[in-house]
Amino acid sequence: MKIKNNHKAPKMSLDYFYQWWFKVILCVTFIFLYAPILVLIIFSFNDSRRNITWRGFTFKYYEKAALNDGLIDAFINSLTIGIFNTLGSLILGILTALLLWRFRFPFKAVYEGIILLPVVMPEICIGVALLVFFNQIGWANNLPWPLSLSKITFAHILFSFPFVAIIIRARLATFNLEQEEAAFDLGASPGQVFTNVFLPHIRPALIVSGLIAFTLSLDDFVITFFTSGPDTITVPIKIYSMVRFSVTPEVNAASTILLLITLCAAGIALWVHRAKISRIGKL
Amino acid sequence: MKNPIIKIEGVTKKFGIKNALEEIDLSIYEGEFFAIVGPSGCGKTTLLRVLAGFEVPDSGLLFIDDENMRNIPPNQRPLNIVFQSYALFPHMTVLDNIAFGLKVTGVPIKECYQRVKTLLKLVKLSGLDDRFPHQLSGGQLQRVALARALVKRPKVLLLDEPLSALDAKLRNEMRQELVRLQKSMGITFILVTHDQQEALSTADRIAVMNNGGIKQVASPTNLYESPSNKFVADFIGSINLIKCEVRQIEGELCAVTTGLTKDLFSIKGKNEISVGQSYLMGVRPEKIQLTKLTDIDQYDNKLAGIINNITYLGRSSMYHVKVSGDENVVINVSMSHSDRSENIDLCIGESVLMHWTAGSALLLEDHDP
Amino acid sequence: MMKQVGSHRLIFWLTFIPPTLWLLIFLLIPLSIIGSFSFSEKRGLIDIELSWILNNYIRAADLIYLSTLIKSIGVAGITTVICFLFGFPLALGIASAPPRWKSILLIAVILPFCVNLLIRTYALIAVFRTRGFFNFGLEWFADLINVPFEPLSLLYNDTAVILGLVYVHLPFMVLPLYAGFEGFNKTLLEAALDLGASKLELLTSIIIPIITPSIISGCILVFIPALGSYLTPELLGGPNSQMIANVIERQFMNANDWPFGSALSMVLVYLTFGILALRYLCFNNLYLDKNKRRL
Repeated sequence: MKIKNNHKAPKMSLDYFYQWWFKVILCVTFIFLYAPILVLIIFSFNDSRRNITWRGFTFKYYEKAALNDGLIDAFINSLTIGIFNTLGSLILGILTALLLWRFRFPFKAVYEGIILLPVVMPEICIGVALLVFFNQIGWANNLPWPLSLSKITFAHILFSFPFVAIIIRARLATFNLEQEEAAFDLGASPGQVFTNVFLPHIRPALIVSGLIAFTLSLDDFVITFFTSGPDTITVPIKIYSMVRFSVTPEVNAASTILLLITLCAAGIALWVHRAKISRIGKL
Repeated sequence: MKNPIIKIEGVTKKFGIKNALEEIDLSIYEGEFFAIVGPSGCGKTTLLRVLAGFEVPDSGLLFIDDENMRNIPPNQRPLNIVFQSYALFPHMTVLDNIAFGLKVTGVPIKECYQRVKTLLKLVKLSGLDDRFPHQLSGGQLQRVALARALVKRPKVLLLDEPLSALDAKLRNEMRQELVRLQKSMGITFILVTHDQQEALSTADRIAVMNNGGIKQVASPTNLYESPSNKFVADFIGSINLIKCEVRQIEGELCAVTTGLTKDLFSIKGKNEISVGQSYLMGVRPEKIQLTKLTDIDQYDNKLAGIINNITYLGRSSMYHVKVSGDENVVINVSMSHSDRSENIDLCIGESVLMHWTAGSALLLEDHDP
Repeated sequence: MMKQVGSHRLIFWLTFIPPTLWLLIFLLIPLSIIGSFSFSEKRGLIDIELSWILNNYIRAADLIYLSTLIKSIGVAGITTVICFLFGFPLALGIASAPPRWKSILLIAVILPFCVNLLIRTYALIAVFRTRGFFNFGLEWFADLINVPFEPLSLLYNDTAVILGLVYVHLPFMVLPLYAGFEGFNKTLLEAALDLGASKLELLTSIIIPIITPSIISGCILVFIPALGSYLTPELLGGPNSQMIANVIERQFMNANDWPFGSALSMVLVYLTFGILALRYLCFNNLYLDKNKRRL
């Protein structure tokens, strides 16, 4: 006797995804999050100087942006800082992750808290502190490029490497130590073990954290504001001055370019590791 | 005939293309200790979840105490589960854990705690009220999970592999505890397990499942002594299966030939056997005796062979004997060390004679049911 | 797996020294310097003398600065609450999504966060200003139903600042909550249902108590940055919507009163440490048991 069951049977514990209220909140949130950005991008093509109403499609503000020397300098600066920051943060981040993963030492919990300070502390405090610090030690302000970017780079590394450390540490949690012991047993030297067993395992984490460090650096405003000088302007600061000056689609264009770079970098990192991200609770 | 407290009719459940449950029909009676056994993936856990309401069957009916359970959510069904992982609430004390089910159904606080205390005594955990789950041992966690379900006085208690996380000795103790509890409270227990020993030692009746279907439902004794098909015969205990062909039927017994010797074997028959058909002759290892080859004429059902391997098991040994007629056929014979006859040397390479009585062998269909 | 230092001394120091040195040089020492400045006073245009006086802090307690601080705390608090009200159901829904959807939704929520803060704030301005798109939309709608329309002045006030802060910090609430839900033992919910709990009781008696550490994390990750935020009030706020970070910036850039600015900064630093310490003290036992919550 086969009796088909009505499939509107009561749903079970975690069916919140299907509830109407969730769908509403989801829609509202995404509109809220994305609409302004989309508007910004669309209006970078607006053929109108005051950029309030739409007057036609044009690329001319992108041309203007591309010809804006100040903006180009800022881009070069931002990219340079971004690259050096990524390198420095990766190195420091790997060391920190190794340290915390491998060793027990007194006051380790306190140390872990201090590592996270640059992330938790308000940027204004760090920015101001660095301004004062570099001033007090008399850090030269007229170093040749790219050394002139050193202040900013050091500051960026400061708040980037904790992120790298967290991500790599999470990846290390899945490292089977017996692999390392097997390698030693088979005759490898510590250096060989590091390059052939260890690094390959954390490679995905290196890529993700490297991309994140890069975007953090590219996007930072407050700390950069306090550590930069008139000759070492980065893109966010340049855009800030453009916004204060006049609101033309050129600002939109510059913003869109920066936005696309960041989104590409972040998007790649997130997409490649989407499976891991969706399981962050189960680290 | 009592009305069954649980009636499952034609329940089917698919996951993707796989049939987790196929046309399950089952009746369970009030006050029974019922067990459902089967290998991993046979569908027993799915059946349990259908009973509890966490899975909705694609077709079929489920009645608990004559009430149709369609559209009734898990929190309104008159049964409770003891989960395999215990699922105790880590942020609540033992007392609060057990009282939870009473509190959420509006039982007044005083009565709540009274009932909880009574149950704590019943499961022998008095004095542990204020502990948190992370402070308890495996056996204690088990009892708290039991108590939490039992305090609600459900009509039926479902147990999902409740003893699998315990070590062997504790498991044995808990088995006795479960039976004792069930008998004293009179609640219908449904135990799901992959451990057939567990089912045999606790249950009044057992359902054996495989591949989404029920292969046989019987008491432990009947299941062991009279399995109705090849799967059950091999799953409950172990059995030697030899291909045979029916030559003659004489009342309750039939005579069969095997490909191994020219002799006829005598087997207890069953209904609907036809002459000339192929079947399997099943003999359990402990029902076979080993003697000297020279005794060959003394017995009816016999096979000669050479001992190929011996597995020592403490109070018995399993002898793996290669049959003389066909070297690929290995018969397992179990002999306890106190039963060994003195006049035979049982070592590897020794020629022996295996024999058994007609009543010890079973005739089974040679296909998967 | 963890080793005591003794067995690998060299590697230990190799991994310990560089990050520690970096933190020391670029964080702890600078913080100490402004700490000392907060007790100093200006002597002349450039010189600063450490005289261990509390003048700066006393001045910080002036109504004008105190009110800004309190307002900042209030704004950050409201932002946190709104982020929670939106973030909680959002995280819950995403955590219960089919696996395919989970990653997509998460990435969709995180992605805007990767866009520059400045750009996002600027985008908000473009949308919400008097001649911006939100008002255009409302105007179009008002025309449709024949109602007279005055453009809403949505920007350059406290509401706009709060809106901007929520816009920027929402992912920081969603992520820890999501992580908490992901790591949640779902069998507990089935057990609670089996014992007779209603959906609401499930939420209040089981989910929220167990998820509390994640809620605290999310709140802290929103509150502290919101408290010290500079750009959002600067761009979106009116003259009365200044927050503490704006005041601090002025002390360093315009007024050139570094000791006073340092004192104000140190107040923020103390607040940050205070909140973290509070969390550690009150909820540490929750964290200690976390490993054992896998029951």
